[in-house]
Amino acid sequence: MPHHTFFKFIWPSALAMLVFIALPIISITIQSFYIDHEQVLVTVENCGPFGCKEVTKVDVEATRALSEQKPLGKFNGFGTYTNRNHLAFSHISEAWNAAPNLGYFIGEVLNLPFYKALSFTLTYTFIVTPCVIILGFCIALCVNRLPSIFKGPTIFVSLLPMIITPLIGSLVLFWMIDAEGIIGSFLKIIFDDPSLSLKASPTLTWIMLIVYGIWHHAPFAFVVFYAGLQTVPKDTLESAMIDGASKWEQTQYVVVPHLMPLVVFISLIQLMDNFRVFEPIVGFNAQASATSLSWLIYNDFRSGDGAMLFGSAAATSILTIIGVSILLTPIIVRTWQSSKPAVRG
Amino acid sequence: MNKASPNWLNFLSISFLVLWLVLACVPFLWTFWGSFKVQADFFSKQDWQNAIFGIRTLVETGSSFTTDGYEGAWIQEGFWKAALNTAIVTLSVVAISLTLGTLGGYALARSGFRYAFWILIAALIFRAMPHITLVSGYLLPFFELGLWGHLSTTIIVLVAINQPFTLWMLHSFFLSIPKDLDESAMVDGCTRFQAFRHVIIPVMWPGVITTGLFSFLLAYNDFAITALLLTEENQTMVPKIASFLGSTQEQGNVMFAVAAVVSATAPLFVLVMFFQRQIVSGLTAGAVKG
Repeated sequence: MPHHTFFKFIWPSALAMLVFIALPIISITIQSFYIDHEQVLVTVENCGPFGCKEVTKVDVEATRALSEQKPLGKFNGFGTYTNRNHLAFSHISEAWNAAPNLGYFIGEVLNLPFYKALSFTLTYTFIVTPCVIILGFCIALCVNRLPSIFKGPTIFVSLLPMIITPLIGSLVLFWMIDAEGIIGSFLKIIFDDPSLSLKASPTLTWIMLIVYGIWHHAPFAFVVFYAGLQTVPKDTLESAMIDGASKWEQTQYVVVPHLMPLVVFISLIQLMDNFRVFEPIVGFNAQASATSLSWLIYNDFRSGDGAMLFGSAAATSILTIIGVSILLTPIIVRTWQSSKPAVRG
Repeated sequence: MNKASPNWLNFLSISFLVLWLVLACVPFLWTFWGSFKVQADFFSKQDWQNAIFGIRTLVETGSSFTTDGYEGAWIQEGFWKAALNTAIVTLSVVAISLTLGTLGGYALARSGFRYAFWILIAALIFRAMPHITLVSGYLLPFFELGLWGHLSTTIIVLVAINQPFTLWMLHSFFLSIPKDLDESAMVDGCTRFQAFRHVIIPVMWPGVITTGLFSFLLAYNDFAITALLLTEENQTMVPKIASFLGSTQEQGNVMFAVAAVVSATAPLFVLVMFFQRQIVSGLTAGAVKG
């Protein structure tokens, strides 16, 4: 296809991606170097019946004029990145110097908002991703053994957790886990502890969110593996059987190697999706015990007094994007190397 | 069932599958059933069985089933408006992103030049961006330009965020349509556009429907973008449900949120029921072909 025809076809799509994906990344890079203007203060003399005194107050007019003139705020360099809400270098070095032992130091660091969010995000990503792959693989193996009339309905039910809106899915589970919901009441009976509440304990909250993540994402891995199983070469399986391989050995030496490329694909998608974990935290109302990087950004826009912390949100966004790149580089490089010959045609 | 495998393996695999199916569907059945009860039953302090039999519901409303939650959500809290907004947003997003996506995906599949590959890699990287990081880039410019809060702005943003995925999927779908088809049309004197219009468009519908389903799901399920880019009166269903949670907890109207959640889930159920085959083939298209 000649270049100009190619361009005619691609430009609407390319323009949309440039304006709404590439430009915003530049926009947050710039925003992250600015912070809100300080409020303009004026000193006025306030005279009453008991004499005059000087009062300092906010000059609302001047503050508004200033922020209209320079909506970005004032230049702050890397100030936002290094403050307590982000990388907090000075707090970490203080904690390091003051810490009597390593445990105390780690505890202090994990109290800082950014590191608290990062620790949950990484834990979530690295537990959910492998669990999803294993669970999805097991379901696919089992469904593949079913007689074909049961396959359709089974796949239908299995798809439900995945297509559900993440916020809605987490709310549905949250209401069941509620101390007065069905799972909550059962747990109280099982552990014989009427005060048991999953919401109150940070550890249980983490487990709850991770279980939700696995529940929500497993169908995706299942469907991909299930389709892969349909293409396992029958001859190889049969010759393995004739050579006396057990079911287990057939799976281990024929099926698993055949599905390996799919594992790479699923991990790529899952790492992307799990790293942006956000809705479950809102749905489970879990921010006291577990926050994620995406939630931190959301929170900057939802802080109590209505002010939006653009600089802070932008700095967290940049750090998140750096995180995503570090996470995905190995897989993308691998995909790139293996897909090189395929694209030339 | 496979005769060659031992009984214990069959038993194990069936019981594992039954357990999974229970986990996958009981939460929905439970919430659906509970949405017709009053709060004192759905969140019962006395006995969880109340949620099944509706003891308090009978006392409070005179029947074991009540549609109070639905009335409260749809009429009193104006959920119908949110449902309407969702319909506008999702339908527009699907239509626009498919139009842009088919053109772009077709060009990428037929280009043959190295830069087509780089555009796909760039799209993959864009696909990895958490949506909320992009939103933080939109907010300030949108406020400054007065674009914030409108449905149309949200639609365009969702279309753009959808593009990387749409391009990948349609690209791999167009690769599966033989090149000879449109090239022979061009030999017969068609231009590229004519070949696309008269030869490719008639055969592309299976791929377009599959891709459209996923665009629909993305627009319908989105929370991060719709929650931050829309004003309160323009809210779609998902952020509306989130705002119920904030306001209803004190008023004791959690059941409004439960009813709204069930209402918002219903279209998704219908979708899977009718398009199960397309969803399955769509999920695997990316993996097997690309």
